[in-house]
Amino acid sequence: MNLFADAIAWIFAPERLEGSVSLPLAIGQHLAYTFVSVVVAALVAVPLGWAIGHTGRGREVAVAVSGAARAVPSFGLLVLLVLIFGVLHKPEAAVVSFVLLAIPSILAGAYSGFEAIDRRVIDAGRAMGMTEWQILWRIEVPLGLPLLIGGLRSATLQVVATVTIAAYINLGGVGYFIIQGVPLRDFTQILGGALVVVALALVLDGLFAVLQHLVVPRGVSAGRTPDVRATPTRRRAVVEPATE
Amino acid sequence: MTWVLDNLDLIAALTLEHLRQCLLPILLGFVLAIPLGWVAFRFRLTRGLVLTVTGLLYTIPSLALFAILPTVLGIRFLSEANLVIALTIYAVAIMARSISDALGSVDPAVRQAATAVGYGPWRRFWTVEFPLAGPVILAGLRVAAVSTIALATVGILIGVENLGYLFTNGLQRRIIPEVFAGVIAVMLVALVIDALLVLAGRLLMPWAPRRTAGRRRRLALRLGEAA
Repeated sequence: MNLFADAIAWIFAPERLEGSVSLPLAIGQHLAYTFVSVVVAALVAVPLGWAIGHTGRGREVAVAVSGAARAVPSFGLLVLLVLIFGVLHKPEAAVVSFVLLAIPSILAGAYSGFEAIDRRVIDAGRAMGMTEWQILWRIEVPLGLPLLIGGLRSATLQVVATVTIAAYINLGGVGYFIIQGVPLRDFTQILGGALVVVALALVLDGLFAVLQHLVVPRGVSAGRTPDVRATPTRRRAVVEPATE
Repeated sequence: MTWVLDNLDLIAALTLEHLRQCLLPILLGFVLAIPLGWVAFRFRLTRGLVLTVTGLLYTIPSLALFAILPTVLGIRFLSEANLVIALTIYAVAIMARSISDALGSVDPAVRQAATAVGYGPWRRFWTVEFPLAGPVILAGLRVAAVSTIALATVGILIGVENLGYLFTNGLQRRIIPEVFAGVIAVMLVALVIDALLVLAGRLLMPWAPRRTAGRRRRLALRLGEAA
């Protein structure tokens, strides 16, 4: 456990604020890569996922894509794109690979959020004379939001993990301290970097967890069954119980 | 393409090595997840605990987990044990949740019927609940197997040679086909293992509905992915 104390001392040592790669700079890079990649991926995947969820068309393709995506080794995709783009365009190549890795989760979150909605709610909207546009924005989007946030959450965590690995191709980020510590056999630095990465992932995960609870519309959360085991065989709940 | 043809034996050897390293985490993860998933399903108190802890473990990026495990367990950083244990942890994290969900998907009336005709808890679990939960458990096992195979490539960063070797070696030597072959080989291995699991499921659970896509999708969404 002494190693942990050393690692924590390493994190808070004044030297971390100095040098060519300071810890706050590395954290900033890590967050910036993650944020940009997830936002770009969301701009592509959310409209697409909503279109699939609303029309029900192209579902099989989306299912196949998100299934196959799990088999893609993220490290391999990163290296492949870096080689294809050329060494001069490393950041661009890396961001493209992060975006590609983030899209399937967000896509799945967007369309399955719509699919989980009780068809009767949508039919009721239509019967009341809502236009398709109103059904989309006033029924489907709000009710599908918790699952969409869940998809964004998975995507963000995946990107945080891949940005860590991307230190291997000299992209910076907190993974730098781990990768650079290996040849130096500096286990204090390796562990210190790892703890920062873990803290980063946990904080982001926690933020999304809170957000996921906040976006559940009030009427829905009131009628939500809290325990899976207590639900009857035929589910009555409007949305799937959100991930905790 | 010529690189691939010239190095088929290297790719084959690395593929076998890759499979060998992945099988133990998948099997071990499955076996360990059964009691954990049951505990999470059965008691309200432990449910939150187990699902929170496994969820948090799953959140830890792989490279960070490789760095933390040696300190906690006293193993070597650059070792296969480190990779295998880390992969097992991720597999358990995925499957504990899916087994808990799977047990929850069993119709309570069936459970009560089994109790009513005199099944004890142990026999009821193995002969009634576990088989009926089978299709959903299989879905979780497939997710875990495929992610483990893809994730194992990161092992090359802690000096464990498998298909990930093609990525680092290809990067150093700037051979695009080598890296591409690595990505394809990993995906093929994952695809084959996935197909074998589906086949095993059909043989072992002939009563199961053929289409569990809906459940799998929801499960996959909840599980997300790690890298």
